[in-house]
Amino acid sequence: MSAERGVLYRKWLDRMMLGMTTLCALIAIAVLLLILGYIAIRGASVLNWNLLTQLPKPIGETGGGIGNAIAGTLILIGLACLVGLPVGIFSGIYLAEFGHGRFGSTLRFLTDVLTGVPSIVIGIFAYTLLVLPMRRFSALAGGFALGVIMIPVVTRTTEEMMKLVPSTLREAALALGAPEWRAILGVVVRSAGTGIATGVMLAIARIAGETAPLLFTALGSRFWPRAIDEPAPALTLQIFNYATGPYEEWHRLAWAGTFVLVALILIINISVRWLTRNPYRTGH
Amino acid sequence: MMSQFRKMDSQVPKVTSVKIETQQFNFYYGGHQALFDINLHIPEKRVTAFIGPSGCGKSTLLRSFNRMNDTIHGTRMAGRIWMDGLDICRPDLDVVSLRRRVGMVFQKSNPFMRSIFDNVAYGLKVNRLTRSRAELAERIEESLRQAALWEEVKDRLHTSALALSGGQQQRLCIARALAIKPEVVLMDEPASALDPMATQKIEELIAKLREQYTIVIVTHNMQQAARVSDYTAFLWIGGLIEFGPTNKIFTRPDQSMTEDYITGRFG
Repeated sequence: MSAERGVLYRKWLDRMMLGMTTLCALIAIAVLLLILGYIAIRGASVLNWNLLTQLPKPIGETGGGIGNAIAGTLILIGLACLVGLPVGIFSGIYLAEFGHGRFGSTLRFLTDVLTGVPSIVIGIFAYTLLVLPMRRFSALAGGFALGVIMIPVVTRTTEEMMKLVPSTLREAALALGAPEWRAILGVVVRSAGTGIATGVMLAIARIAGETAPLLFTALGSRFWPRAIDEPAPALTLQIFNYATGPYEEWHRLAWAGTFVLVALILIINISVRWLTRNPYRTGH
Repeated sequence: MMSQFRKMDSQVPKVTSVKIETQQFNFYYGGHQALFDINLHIPEKRVTAFIGPSGCGKSTLLRSFNRMNDTIHGTRMAGRIWMDGLDICRPDLDVVSLRRRVGMVFQKSNPFMRSIFDNVAYGLKVNRLTRSRAELAERIEESLRQAALWEEVKDRLHTSALALSGGQQQRLCIARALAIKPEVVLMDEPASALDPMATQKIEELIAKLREQYTIVIVTHNMQQAARVSDYTAFLWIGGLIEFGPTNKIFTRPDQSMTEDYITGRFG
């Protein structure tokens, strides 16, 4: 009697838990779909070729676009990658391969601290380091700030992904007379490639949406970006300006900018995944 | 108990010359001593098997022959291992050139995430052993033939090595090790993860390769040791209990402990 009740209770609990987890998963997806859907509806409706390729028009005029902001964001991402990827990837390799001692764990801890530093603080850092001495806001300072934000994300994912590579692969390379650096770069990093690329994409997705550190580094501009030592426009800055502005036309551009930003991140995501796929990973 | 090992004299096999000789070799993982005063002669161009229960140090000893233990942190060794007059325990030894001479096949097949061709090519490319693409292809075919894999893979050399079966993957790893023409091939339980058919193929392969290479094989499977090896070393908790011709070890061992292990009374 009581044993049977125990079974019933267990089955009931099992169903409850399954229902709870399913519900939470659905809520999480629903929020995401709601945001993406709303952006798509509001943004895509105003999207057209001119909007993607033209400069913003002066206040009062209709039309105009966010072409300069798209270009600026791409340039800032590129500059950030120049700073963030080499430092991040090589630090990750260091931590995974040689970071066993106290220096390694200190480095790991500091990296985690850096992950938690608010991006505006990193903006101030870039402002002090680059903007003040150069006496001007610049794409360089903005890209540098974003690159610093990338470093810890890339470092830790590179390290984690390299640690997932079975040590037998490294041993196989060493046993064939490969010098250590070749075993690490040619076999371990290569095997971890897809995972590292995922980390890089996460980092790019994160910085592409940053606004605060750009406010006093890249500054933003209403013109096409010309040189890296000049202020540069960025989608996030433009969205911020337009969304908080008083004009209906600006609001439309803000929605379009939001849509383009999300689409840009998606495109970068897919293309990096495609470029770094390993054809020999599985079966054929 | 340990003093018993120290009294053991190394037993020099007659007939063939010695390829590797260990002298009072000791090995430590941090504070834990894994090998005690090992004195052993590995004969050239013969198959030598290391048997013994798990944790007896047979893999550690095997991995000392190509300094693979260097990759584990906090290990330390004492004593000497001679290979053709070179002390391979020297701290300043160029391990890369040692590993070109001493190849290794691991317990679990570990092909790279590359094509079959590129797997075999890896050692050749890293060591710049071939001068032209034609020579490279030739060496790869030769190695795959030696490993009895050529017929099965010749039409799909540029497909993923990971699509091969477990037994084929292990033979690919053997081909990869043979490609750089080592003098010694170390095999760490090469068939323990394979089914009986694949195991048989590996054993046939070992029988064929013994004419050209000095082979040292670690195995858990005593029948396998009896089948494939010319000499057998029995290790027990870090000490070498007995070493001699395989048929002697398996029929009339000198040590009662060896007999007890072989007949399955412990271990």
